[in-house]
Amino acid sequence: MFIDFFYLLRAQGLEISLDEWLCLMEALDKGLAANSLMEFYYLCRNILVKTESDYDKFDMAFAKYFEGIESVDDIPEELWKWLSEGEQERELEDMPAWAQEHNLDELRRMFKERLEEQNEKHDGGNYWVGTGGTSPMGHGGYNPAGVRVGGYSRHKSAIQIAAERNFRDFRQDNELDIRQFQMAFRKLRQFSARVDNAKTELDIDRTIDATCENAGMLKLVYEKPRKNTVKLLLLMDSDGSMTRYSQICSQLFQAVNQSSHLKDLKTYFFHNCIYDYLYTTPECNDGQWVKTDWVLGNLDSSYKVIIVGDAAMSSYELTARGGNINWYTFNEDPGLIWLERLKRHYKKSIWLNPIKAERWRMTWGSRTIAMVSGVFPMFELTLDGLDAGIKKLLNN
Amino acid sequence: MKKFTGSEDYVASKELMNAVNVAIALEKPLLIKGEPGTGKTMLAQSIADALSMPLIIWGIKSTTKAQEGLYVYDTVQRLYDSQFGEGDVADISKYIKLGKLGEAFTSDQQVVLLIDEIDKADLEFPNDLLWELDRMEFYINETKKTVKTRHRPIVIITSNAEKELPDAFLRRCIFHYIEFPSEEKMREIIKVHFGSIDKKLVNQAMKAFYDIRGMREIQKKPSTSELLDWLQALQISGIDVNRITDEIPYIGVLLKKNQDIDMVNAYRR
Repeated sequence: MFIDFFYLLRAQGLEISLDEWLCLMEALDKGLAANSLMEFYYLCRNILVKTESDYDKFDMAFAKYFEGIESVDDIPEELWKWLSEGEQERELEDMPAWAQEHNLDELRRMFKERLEEQNEKHDGGNYWVGTGGTSPMGHGGYNPAGVRVGGYSRHKSAIQIAAERNFRDFRQDNELDIRQFQMAFRKLRQFSARVDNAKTELDIDRTIDATCENAGMLKLVYEKPRKNTVKLLLLMDSDGSMTRYSQICSQLFQAVNQSSHLKDLKTYFFHNCIYDYLYTTPECNDGQWVKTDWVLGNLDSSYKVIIVGDAAMSSYELTARGGNINWYTFNEDPGLIWLERLKRHYKKSIWLNPIKAERWRMTWGSRTIAMVSGVFPMFELTLDGLDAGIKKLLNN
Repeated sequence: MKKFTGSEDYVASKELMNAVNVAIALEKPLLIKGEPGTGKTMLAQSIADALSMPLIIWGIKSTTKAQEGLYVYDTVQRLYDSQFGEGDVADISKYIKLGKLGEAFTSDQQVVLLIDEIDKADLEFPNDLLWELDRMEFYINETKKTVKTRHRPIVIITSNAEKELPDAFLRRCIFHYIEFPSEEKMREIIKVHFGSIDKKLVNQAMKAFYDIRGMREIQKKPSTSELLDWLQALQISGIDVNRITDEIPYIGVLLKKNQDIDMVNAYRR
C-alpha cells in the first residue's frame, strides 16, 4: 500500500477524499494500470484530481513521490556536459529484459555508486551513465524505469511528464484572464431590499397569507426587489513602473467595467501615489483631473475602494512634501498622509499589487510596499488574491 | 470489457482514451473540460459510434432543472383531458413524460448519455443529480414507481468552467482536461477531416493559425473547429497558397471579435 502517497497529495493541498482513494484502489484491483507507470499516472490523475488548476500540484506531488528527477542537482558539471553532447537515437526493441526490474530506490543507489566509479563520457552503452543507451541511468535512451539526467527526454516516462509540470499555467494563483476576473467580481455583492425602489416583485408567501385572510378572494402583495448595493471606487496606478503589468491591469479594468451588477462605479488614475489630484484618464495629463478632496467630499464612505498599483517607488514620494514626481503639482502633504486620509474616509478599501506577494520583501521598492501595506490591506493581483481582497471588502 | 480506441473521424489522445476506458470500467460519469473547440461534445458521439451504442444528448441551458431530465408530469394536459372528457384521466402514467435521463435509464440497450455544458445550469443543478447518477435510478412520486436502469449508461459530462461545480459532485466523477492539440495532433485531426489536402495549404494555414493563437492580446483565441472551417473556406476559394500567411484571407472565420481582427491587421502592418 502506498498510503503515504495519499497523504503526500493531501499535503500538497489536493483535497482528496477517502472515497476517491478507494475508487483508485478499486481501479488498480481491476488492473486498469497494469501496463505502465504512464497509465498509472493518468489513472491517478483522472480519479483524484478534479480541476485542471490542480494538475500542477498533482504533478509536483507525483514527481516528488517517484523522485529521482529533480533531486539530481548535485551532479558534477562535467557529467551534465557529457549528457548534452553526442546524443543518438536507438530502437526500442533492443531493450534488455532486466531493464524493467529496477525500482527507484535501487536505481538511485546504483546511480550514486556508478557515478563514483565512472570517470569518462559514455554514449550508447548499457551500464555507464550516458546517453542513448539502455542503462537505467542517463538520458536520450530507453529504459522505462530509468533515471533521466539532464538533457531532454526522448521517450517520456510518467515521472518525467509529471516533472515537466505542463499545467503550471493553470494554477489558480497564476495570472488570469478577463472572464475569470469577471467571475471573481460577481462575488462583490451585498443585497438589500432597503433601496428606494417601487414595489414590483410578487411576494408569494404573503400573497397566500393575504388571500387566505381575505376568505379565498385573491389579494396580491408586492415587495421591493433586492438590489446589489455595492458602490465601487477604482483607483489605478497607470504609469512608469506599471507598464509591464498593463495587460493584466487592463483586463481587470475591463472586467470591472463589464460588471453591470454594481450600483455605482467610479474610476480614477494616479501616478505612483495619490496626492491632491486624481486623473480622469489613464494618460494622466495635467488638467484632466478632479481634486482628491472633491472625491472625498462627494463619494461617501459607503463606497468600497480598490487601489491597483505596484506601490514600488522612491520613499520620498510617500514621505516628503513636494514628493510628487509630477514637478508642476507640488504637494503640501506627503503622499502617505493622503493615503491615510483615504483609508480613514473609506473603511472598506484594499490595495491590489501586480507584483507577486513572495517578492514584496525583496523587490525594488520593498520599503514603500511595506509602508503602503501598513495603510491598506494588500493582496497580490491574482485570482486568489482578488478573491481574498473581495472577501475583505465584504467583511463587516 | 468494452474498450474505446477512438473512431474514424475523431482523433483522441492516449490520455483521453485512457480516461474514457477508466470511466467505463469503474461505471462512473466522465467529466470533460477544455478550451472551446477541443472536441468535448464530439467525444460522446465518437464513443457511441465506436462502441455502436445509441447516443442520447441532454443539452443544458441556464433554465434547465434536474427534474426535467428525469420526468415531467403534465398536469395541464390531464386537467384539460378531465374537462373535455378525453382519454383515461385515471391513468396517471400516461401523463408522465420521461426526460433524457429517464430515456437513457429505460433504454433496452446500453446507451451513451451526454450531459452537455453542465455549467450552464444553476449552481445547485449538479447536486440535484447526485443520487440519480450514483444509483442510476429515480422514483416517480405520482405513480409510486421506481425507474431503474437495466444497462448502466456511459455518462459523459462536459463543462466550460463558467461555474465551479460542487465538490460532492466532482468526487463522483472521473475527470479529464483536454489540452489544446499540439501541431502534430492538429495535423492528424486535419487529415481525418479532409483526407488528402494540399500539404502546402495546410502548412501555411497552420503557421498563420498558431501565430494568431500565440498573440497575447487576442481575446478569443481561434480553436480547432475554426481552423477546420477556415481550411474549408481556403480550399473552396482556391486562393493562392503563398498569400495565406501574408493576407490571412477570410479572417472572419478565425476571429469573431472586431478588436481581435484589428489587432491581427495591426500586426501585419
